[in-house]
Amino acid sequence: MVKKQKGSIHAGLFLLVTILIVLAAVVITAGRFWWLPPLASEHGAWTDRLFVVTLLITGIVFVLVQIALAYFVFRHRDDPERRAAYFHDNKPLEITWTLVPAVIMTLLIVSGGRLWSRIHQSPPEGAYEVEVWGEQFKWALRYPGKDGQFGRTDIRLINDTNPLGIDTKDPASKDDIFFPAGEGELHLPVGEPVVVRLRSKDVLHSFYVPAFRVKQDAVPGMVIKTWFVPTKEGEFELVCAELCGLGHYQMRGIVIVEPMEKVQEWLSQQQTVMDVIP
Amino acid sequence: MVRETTTEVHHHKETFLTRYIFSMDHKVIAIQYLITALAMGFIGLFLSWLMRIQLGWSGRQFPFLSRLFPGGVEEGIIKPEFYLAMVTMHGTIMIFFFITAALVGGFGNFLIPLQIGARDMAFPFLNMLSYWVFLASCIVLVVSFFVTGGPAAAGWTAYPPLSGVAEAIPGSGLGQTLWLLSLALFIASSLFGSLNYITTTLNLRTKGLSMGRLPLTVWALFITAILGLLSFPVLLAAAIMLLFDRHLGTSFFLPRLFIAGHQAGGEGGNPILWQHLFWFLGHPEVYIAILPAMGITSEVLATCCRKPIFGYKAMVLSLLAIAFLSFIVWGHHMFVSGMNPLLGTAFMTTTLLIAVPSAVKTFNWLATIWGGNIKFTAAALFAIGFVSVFTTGGLTGIFLGNPPVDIQLHDTYFVVAHFHFVMGTAAVFGIFAGIYHWFPKMFGRMMNEPLAKAHFWLTFIGVYLIFFPMHYLGISGVPRRFYDFANYDFIPPSVSGVNIFISIAALIVGAAQILFLVNFVWSLWKGPKAEKNPWKATTLEWQAESPPPHGNWGPQLPTVYRWAYDYSRPDATEDFVPQTVPVVGAPAGTDGGKH
Ligand code: HEM
Ligand SMILES: [Cu+2]
Ligand SMILES: [Cu+2]
Repeated sequence: MVKKQKGSIHAGLFLLVTILIVLAAVVITAGRFWWLPPLASEHGAWTDRLFVVTLLITGIVFVLVQIALAYFVFRHRDDPERRAAYFHDNKPLEITWTLVPAVIMTLLIVSGGRLWSRIHQSPPEGAYEVEVWGEQFKWALRYPGKDGQFGRTDIRLINDTNPLGIDTKDPASKDDIFFPAGEGELHLPVGEPVVVRLRSKDVLHSFYVPAFRVKQDAVPGMVIKTWFVPTKEGEFELVCAELCGLGHYQMRGIVIVEPMEKVQEWLSQQQTVMDVIP
Repeated sequence: MVRETTTEVHHHKETFLTRYIFSMDHKVIAIQYLITALAMGFIGLFLSWLMRIQLGWSGRQFPFLSRLFPGGVEEGIIKPEFYLAMVTMHGTIMIFFFITAALVGGFGNFLIPLQIGARDMAFPFLNMLSYWVFLASCIVLVVSFFVTGGPAAAGWTAYPPLSGVAEAIPGSGLGQTLWLLSLALFIASSLFGSLNYITTTLNLRTKGLSMGRLPLTVWALFITAILGLLSFPVLLAAAIMLLFDRHLGTSFFLPRLFIAGHQAGGEGGNPILWQHLFWFLGHPEVYIAILPAMGITSEVLATCCRKPIFGYKAMVLSLLAIAFLSFIVWGHHMFVSGMNPLLGTAFMTTTLLIAVPSAVKTFNWLATIWGGNIKFTAAALFAIGFVSVFTTGGLTGIFLGNPPVDIQLHDTYFVVAHFHFVMGTAAVFGIFAGIYHWFPKMFGRMMNEPLAKAHFWLTFIGVYLIFFPMHYLGISGVPRRFYDFANYDFIPPSVSGVNIFISIAALIVGAAQILFLVNFVWSLWKGPKAEKNPWKATTLEWQAESPPPHGNWGPQLPTVYRWAYDYSRPDATEDFVPQTVPVVGAPAGTDGGKH
């Protein structure tokens, strides 16, 4: 079978390059040289699992389709002595390859949808609450204080001593504890549900804690709640994931996860609105 | 359907000006679009080089950059606001002014009349106007590089309040205003085009050319035009509303704000509204770019495999399904925006469903290749490459369309990898396949094939080297639109090595595009003369002269007797039968009920 086929170089090269791409992709992915950041939240285990399932499905399809493409191209390369086949339809085949992806997608839709609603069910009563404010290019914080209530705020009340525009006339404000942007750390209890109320003074920001698998935009004019359960003690990074201006890449914050008693103790040592705003 | 079959006499005298500049000939307009789009594409490419220099070697001084961009580069170091301006302008230029303009304006104009056997578009004047408004939009955008504050820097998505308040970022001054104006002009031009394409395809098909016999390129361009007509006006409205917010004190998108030390915005505006309006266009937009590239790929694959396209009906139906679904998936860009999570579930469903028609198309291309006898033209290589990169990019969409998985991947480099494969590279491969394939028809000369193939190999291998590693960055959590990654502990130190690797690959791939440029320009003057039908293809345009004269056809319009894909029919001696060849024993204009 020593036939001179035109274009063998290109067919061969395409096969070779495809095999190399597929091999590299499989080895690097399976070897987890780069992988999801170490996990530190409860729902993260579920989203990571769905990620891996999706990775397996798409990975198999990727390998099969790319190799098939390259092999078909190689096998049917130009041959002056042969004529191309003439066919252009095959009902059973077409129905099969419509239904199979449809079934796989349906499974993904169902599992994705269930997980999504589980993540977004309302938080348990009495969950630990904290407010995080984005502003160019730092994070500000507010804790509700002993009464567990956040006081009213108004952008128009913002001034140097009152950076969040807290309405001091609102009784719920009095015991609030706040940290101007860039000061203070976010203290969260380990193993407890945590509700983060996201707000912004200026532009869009996004509250992204890679270790928690939490990402939620902060939108001016809105209070957006997101909740999760931190599962590991330690220090974690908070990143802004929505373009917010020229310092976007520097908008870093620190999250400290520790036992509830320590959080409470730390909170009890902080000054409240009453102490700070005259 | 058949408007005229006899000679159209041209009374008016043609001067250089009416023939090449203010031309109403669809072919000249197509070439004007194509060349303008390519020029914009090279600007976009150049910007990607600068971004890659920053990302690969952040903090290193490049004194020559200071000389080039005294405003954006200080002591050889790119400033963060300049980096963001480049991200914004690169994205905007690549999506609208390069791939959309080249595929829809360029190939749409060139192919529709020729492949349906018409003499021109239905509204030649509107067509000319479309190009000139497009050119104006390009000029406004390019001028914005030179205004105080620099060009827009709020991303190609221009989310307010960042894009709505001048103090939010330097680019949100005059630069952002010009960006919005430019986009408004672009949209107007695109609407003129869409109206023309739809009317022309419906009304000017030649005798015998039923919709069921249209080449897939025309189907794709026709459906694209409908998409554009229905989605672009929404962005036009949004752009005008944002201009109002910026300059006339309205607050559609701006609630009360406190920016840069003072109050801004107004009462009751909602930034998320912009996201809905933007993505109502923005998502169909990526299909506006990719559907024509799919059409071109189908056409080129059939020709080079010498085989009928597999599953013609399924190809058309899947184009329609993708187009329809593309209108109801926009929310997949907004899973973590603060939109109601219930909506997230709905958008997840529609988004993941789009994978089905997309998979059907891919399998059909594979089946077209199976049993073929592939002629490895440069166009063929790019069409095959299209299937490869489209598959790679399409599969990662399944991660991003699933909201629980998207939480982690949203706005990371995983997204950058995804859309550069599925939309960026795929559309560009479609453009290259189209140019290498139709250049002989456009200009009457052949391009240099060895040079074109070298261009393919460098580009194909290169895009995998550039964009594939970005998936891993994204999985590690590396955010996009970041000027620098040094501050973060969760980002593995190896990432800076990966970034250098990507940047080197990007510089090489960028340089490789010069092969294309040289080939294009050289072939325009020096390429060997092309015959009528150099690739032995079946569709109508190959029955016209190369290049076709004004009016395209001789005294008589062509008559069509068969579908567009009669390659390697067992009952024919040649391995292709043009659409104009009558079917033996069947009445004129029919194929006896069979293909
Ligand atoms: C060699 C070619 C290319 C290279 C090296 C390249 C590189 C990049 C880089 C580095 C970014 C910025 C990532 C970030 O900081 O978030 C980017 C963004 C982008 N690119 Fe490309 N790109 C290329 C071609 C294209 C093409 C052909 C398209 C066509 C659709 C495209 C569309 C975009 C878009 C839409 C963005 C997002 C802009 C934004 O975030 O607002 N790119 N590209
Ligand atoms: Cu931010
Ligand atoms: Cu989309």
